[in-house]
Amino acid sequence: MTYDVIVIGAGVSGSAVARELSRYEADVLVMDRADDVCCGTSKANSAIVHAGYDCMPGSMMARMNVRGNEMMEPLARDLDVPFERTGSLLVCTSKERLGGLRDLFERGAANGVPGLKIISGDEARAMEPQLTDAVVGALWAPSAGIINVFLLNIALAENAFTNGVDFHFNTRAERLWQDEGGVWHIRTNNGEYRARAVVNAAGVYADRLHNMVSATRIHITPRRGEYFLLDRTTAGYVRHVVFPQPTELGKGVLVTPTVDGNTLVGPTALDLADDQRDDVETTQVGLDTIREKASENLRDLPLRQVITSFAGLRAHEDRHEFVLGHVEGAPGFYDCAGIESPGLTSAPAIGEYLGGMVKDDLGLSPKDAWVQTRTGTVDPSLLTLAERNELIRREPAYGQIVCRCESVSEGEILDAIRRPLGARDLDGVKRRVRAGAGRCQAGFCSPRVMDILSRELGLPLEEIGKRGGASRIVVGRTKEVQGQ
Amino acid sequence: MSGSNDLRSVDVVIIGGGPAGLSAAVAAHEEGCDSILVLERDNCLGGILNQCIHNGFGLHRFKEELTGPEYAHRFVRRVEEEGIPYKLNTMVMDVSPERVVTAMNRDDGMFQVQAGAVVLAMGCRERPRGALNIPGCRPAGIYTAGTAQRLVNVEGYLPGREVVILGSGDIGLIMARRMTLEGAKVKVVAELLPYSGGLKRNIVQCLDDFGIPLKLSHTVVDIEGAERVKAVTIARVGPDRRPIPGTEERYACDTLLLSCGLIPENELSSACGVRLSPVTSGPVVNESFETSVLGIFACGNVLHVHDLVDYVSEEADEAGRRAVAFVHGELGPAGAGQRDAAHARIAVRATGGVRYTVPSTIDPVRMADKLTVRFRVGDVCQDAYVSVYLDGERVQHRRKQIMAPGEMEQVILRKADLVGRPGLSSVTVAVERE
Amino acid sequence: METRRLTCINCPMGCQLEVTVGDGGKVVSVTGNGCRRGDVYGRKEVTNPTRTVTSTVVVRDGASERVSVKTKEDVPKRLIFDVMDVINRTTVTAPVHVGDVLVDDVCGTGVPLVATAEVGVR
Repeated sequence: MTYDVIVIGAGVSGSAVARELSRYEADVLVMDRADDVCCGTSKANSAIVHAGYDCMPGSMMARMNVRGNEMMEPLARDLDVPFERTGSLLVCTSKERLGGLRDLFERGAANGVPGLKIISGDEARAMEPQLTDAVVGALWAPSAGIINVFLLNIALAENAFTNGVDFHFNTRAERLWQDEGGVWHIRTNNGEYRARAVVNAAGVYADRLHNMVSATRIHITPRRGEYFLLDRTTAGYVRHVVFPQPTELGKGVLVTPTVDGNTLVGPTALDLADDQRDDVETTQVGLDTIREKASENLRDLPLRQVITSFAGLRAHEDRHEFVLGHVEGAPGFYDCAGIESPGLTSAPAIGEYLGGMVKDDLGLSPKDAWVQTRTGTVDPSLLTLAERNELIRREPAYGQIVCRCESVSEGEILDAIRRPLGARDLDGVKRRVRAGAGRCQAGFCSPRVMDILSRELGLPLEEIGKRGGASRIVVGRTKEVQGQ
Repeated sequence: MSGSNDLRSVDVVIIGGGPAGLSAAVAAHEEGCDSILVLERDNCLGGILNQCIHNGFGLHRFKEELTGPEYAHRFVRRVEEEGIPYKLNTMVMDVSPERVVTAMNRDDGMFQVQAGAVVLAMGCRERPRGALNIPGCRPAGIYTAGTAQRLVNVEGYLPGREVVILGSGDIGLIMARRMTLEGAKVKVVAELLPYSGGLKRNIVQCLDDFGIPLKLSHTVVDIEGAERVKAVTIARVGPDRRPIPGTEERYACDTLLLSCGLIPENELSSACGVRLSPVTSGPVVNESFETSVLGIFACGNVLHVHDLVDYVSEEADEAGRRAVAFVHGELGPAGAGQRDAAHARIAVRATGGVRYTVPSTIDPVRMADKLTVRFRVGDVCQDAYVSVYLDGERVQHRRKQIMAPGEMEQVILRKADLVGRPGLSSVTVAVERE
Repeated sequence: METRRLTCINCPMGCQLEVTVGDGGKVVSVTGNGCRRGDVYGRKEVTNPTRTVTSTVVVRDGASERVSVKTKEDVPKRLIFDVMDVINRTTVTAPVHVGDVLVDDVCGTGVPLVATAEVGVR
């Protein structure tokens, strides 16, 4: 078949575009090389909804950021995604650099960021008591917030799926061309796909796809950022997103609460070579850098409570600007490239913008019955005792805790697996319902979650992976594997 | 779900049905308590012993060498024979300072029990990779030794074929042998410290027997592999425990096991206000194994991490008996963090290389005729003395050929010595050169 | 005369033994042991080292698919892998009880292989 639109990449922006297109009568497919949504840049970032004061006025970044921030709250409500508008503090530790706060304030005003205010060091410390005495001023941005980044991506994709969008995983776009009839052909490891329009949301690989179809060139540098995630026992250490003053390489090492009650510290910024687009390893230097930088503005950072460290890649385009829309010499091909920070914040706006553009070009008409909302998995901790017992009576699996660190029940895990575009591996379960995301990092629950996955998916335990591909957890049964 | 006014009451609620919880339950029963409830989160009693299928348990307790499941079975049989009530697959969600225990399972839903006394026996968990700050990729094939132990011994699956182990804790050493016997190749065990954290017999029987090298003062500096582990690089560390550049050795492997320490699992305890020791990460307890919260007792690995289950049972017996005494009003109203006029609280001080003691306070009136004080040293000490001082006076002085952080030590205090000294303010346990 | 250094494994003390072996393989002396068991171990370890082998065996129709087992007594150390071969080929049908003899005599040692855990019927 020939799809109307194929979106390459099931990250947060690809999924946002797909969800926007799902409003219309069209055959839409999202393909991703991974075995789940949210497996690339979208899964490893600061999970922050930025206010939008640091983008250059007039830039696509500024426009998408401010619009995305505005859209996030209703979207999170519609899609049942945890979001908190905590506000952010960008702190300044030297009198000489106070001018920098003023510049950002003015930039923010030009971008239409609401509620910005420059406050004194004392005012900042009143809001964040752990700020050091070196802090002499701060830019307060009340519209900034934090979100569950996995669930935003997953919810967008689930909702798109519910509204008829196809998802093909383990499908890597290898070559693209357009035939005389204007139809796009995508060669993949799973055969050839055809579409009237293609949206290139391939993250750190988006430049490769772009450069296959256009004489214009873009270039993406994978810019690695490493993070520490602290135990939920640190909840309340900071209550807002705390940024240092930005540098050329980015927004600097920030400290932020997460919607789940953890504290997140990072990222570093290191430009990698073109052939290192999957290099998400952490490094000694990187981890040391976070320790050092994060402690510059904050006292007693509880780094002994680190439960994991991780790294993600930002898709940094050379011009430090989102590359969105039509591509010269490639009608029907749409870029969604260079989506680095504030890409997560911008995702809803990018979906609206690109989805709208494709809809107009293809002349798509609205669906009669578009489902605007999505219901997430139940969070039993939010239920009253009576409600919880009613749930357990109806579905006893909600009475069986599987992940003890995060108190995740078997019922939640079953829901994560059975729901639309459900989890197929340990990481998929973790991103949907947090089993394995806690302080023991799945040491206790992984054999149990593997059992559940194996049962639900009808796969032998040997086929269950941490993520897709060759990430299997066990290599075989004892008594059967000797000598192999 | 019943309201709080018609709570079910149970004299002694024991949280955890592993070796500590079972010992406490049996001891409480023997003490004449017939209102006991053991709450176990797993699908069978016995706890971590069920996956410790190696031998070496019970030499002190039963004067014979048992495997973990056999040791557990002796207690499980007692629990069954005596009809001590327990609930499996039941997770305790909360313990209040008033000893209302909130728990949950499939059949009962979420329910609450008013406990006369609570015995915390939740055990410990392993330090995961993230807490060790090992840089590198994050592929499948990295397990804590205990997770691998469960996969191999209980589930019957082999987690990998070519293995590097970081940390020479006992579970790591035991798993080196288990993986080898099940057909895997264990290439090396790296230990950050200049000495092993495991028992000597395990180094001999689990590594030396199979020619597995133990590299002390080494750590993992890189993990390769996008999907599954492909290689692990270890390097020598200096006295500052930082890797020394140029000493890297790369091992092709598909599995990295971590045996880098155990952490008492005290989230419930601290949520309930139980004071924890920064050294053990377990509750601070008095001679009766009572925590800082009235009527809440602790024993086993949730109190401090043990190397021998025999000592767990011994301490848990006492915790169980004391819990019953508390319910019967025979213990007096004093938690470890409190002081009351009738009962002098004597601090037990750990000095001179002694990292901590359990208990950390003693009420001489309440203590048994003999009280075992257990401790660990902070570093390997050879030809040193373990001394006990009552205030300034040295009353015990015992030479030890070798002491190591991996092996728990003990001294025994006599009640007569303590009650015979009115005004005694401290007991000091020290390691001394001479 | 030859002196071998061993770590005693009888208990967590891990005494450092020095076992002196005379010509003809006869043990002349054991020193460094803290108790009598160390002496016995030292003598045995240099002449006839033995180990208890623990592993699991496949269970048919059981609530669990493996049951833990051990050699009821020590077997010669050199036979560990031969014993494992036997263990790997052994299967048992549930129910299994602690102490059940699964193999009467492993590898001609005269030592039985016994179950160390309970497995009910599925």
